[in-house]
Amino acid sequence: MSYLPNGLPSPVPENDGVDKPYWDGARRGELMVQRCSKCGTFRWGPEWICHKCLSFDFDWQKVSGKGRIYSWERPWHPVHPALKGHGPYVVVLVELPDAGNVRMLGNLLGDPRQEVRIGAEVQAVFEPHDDAQPPFTLVQWKTV
Amino acid sequence: MSDRSLRGKVAVVGVGETTYWRHGKSPHPEFKLALMAILAAAEDAGLDPRRIDGFASYSNDRNDPSRLAAALGLPALRFSNMNWGGGGGGGSAAVGNAAAAVACGMADCVVVFRALAQGQFQRFGAAPPGGTASGEPAFNAPYGVMSPAQRYAMRAMRFLHENKIAPSAQRAIALASYHHAQANPRAVMHGRPLTAEAYDESRWIVEPWRLFDCCQENDGAAALIIVPAEQAKDFRHKPAYLLGSAQGSEHRNGARVHNAPLYATSSFTTVAPQLYGMAQVEPSDVDVVQSYENFTGGVLMSLVEHGFFKAEEANDFLEPENLMAPKGRLPLNTSGGNLAECYMHGLELQIEAVRQVRGQSTSQVKDADVSMVISGPMVTPVSSMILGSEATL
Repeated sequence: MSYLPNGLPSPVPENDGVDKPYWDGARRGELMVQRCSKCGTFRWGPEWICHKCLSFDFDWQKVSGKGRIYSWERPWHPVHPALKGHGPYVVVLVELPDAGNVRMLGNLLGDPRQEVRIGAEVQAVFEPHDDAQPPFTLVQWKTV
Repeated sequence: MSDRSLRGKVAVVGVGETTYWRHGKSPHPEFKLALMAILAAAEDAGLDPRRIDGFASYSNDRNDPSRLAAALGLPALRFSNMNWGGGGGGGSAAVGNAAAAVACGMADCVVVFRALAQGQFQRFGAAPPGGTASGEPAFNAPYGVMSPAQRYAMRAMRFLHENKIAPSAQRAIALASYHHAQANPRAVMHGRPLTAEAYDESRWIVEPWRLFDCCQENDGAAALIIVPAEQAKDFRHKPAYLLGSAQGSEHRNGARVHNAPLYATSSFTTVAPQLYGMAQVEPSDVDVVQSYENFTGGVLMSLVEHGFFKAEEANDFLEPENLMAPKGRLPLNTSGGNLAECYMHGLELQIEAVRQVRGQSTSQVKDADVSMVISGPMVTPVSSMILGSEATL
């Protein structure tokens, strides 16, 4: 059961492959973040160069999925046909303290009308869409 | 202070616009709208349109200068320029780019224009159905983050949270725009005033923004004509001289997937000081401001970053009467702006800034010698500009 209705755009890796290990990791239930091999700086979104030391060498680090709400919004107006009549939903921007405070986006699971608190602790959960073509898995967030 | 500056080098001598329609309602195709606005600006200046030799625009305007030059029968095309970036962030940058071309002799008479016919093309505030998303959209669209409002609400939410901004501050910005539109017969919302109660009762688009916090979407076109300062008095109206123009954004503002280190920003923290430096004015010298309303929260942050008040003063400063011409402390969006005149992707704000300098606004500020435009908060690049009367040179 997905948080939002089916029919929204399916994510696919960028055609240069810069973010493919993230999407592959999510399919396995692992949260992967890019990290500079030379200076160890985490970075997100995926990019080809380290903004700190300008090294092109990087690896992908599996992280715990512990996060903290940095900001949020609650869309009500449906801008996509799949959301017509669905009602409000919550989007959170989450900082990952275990990964240099990079930020990731997702929905906050639970009551879409819940009170959302900036600073609240959250945990990554995986939402597989096995029947989508091509199949994908979204990283979502739940309050802990 | 570098002596490499645009200050006083060029002037806006003509402004023109089509009728402004609700989105999808233009009886004309987009390219024709662009031509109509350009000819209106030439007529306003009293200038033979065949003198035009360059074009500048932004946000991937679809009406390319070579087709415009051919359609208008121009003797020669000498300058064609597109400022990168989406949204209205390039509005003032396009003026700066045109000014730079004129100031350094690449061209003599450059048009800045923007045309939109959203019935002919896709709306900004509606997403196409189905399909796949890759790159930046892959990290947004599957979570229901697709429209500009959804893209930027989290920036504003963080700013409102950090600075304890009350809902009344955003409301004041909406009320000022609607108030000024009631005096402006060109405004799409002319004759449709907005009350504080109606604002409070309006539906959420995306929290923290209600319906009236969000710009309209419209059809139409707007154009300005820029010439060297030494020719500025040859035309029909009082010239509006460019005192300064700046564009860009701060350190890593464009980091992908909402990872700008300074997230709660309208992107002007480095741009505004450049603007004031070139224009050689202070915030307290500015008589009237047009500040691009994609969303009211963006205007609020823009005004803070341009030094009109501190974030912690926003709740007190942003009272409707402070923002209303002619007597307010900071008359804001005096034509009605994107919210209530027309969402001409912000270029109607440049036109209004010129009209203020000329003394032709429908909500005129007395002795408006220094007239500012702030374009496209929260996107990157953003831009802003300052126009001045002859007295400021």
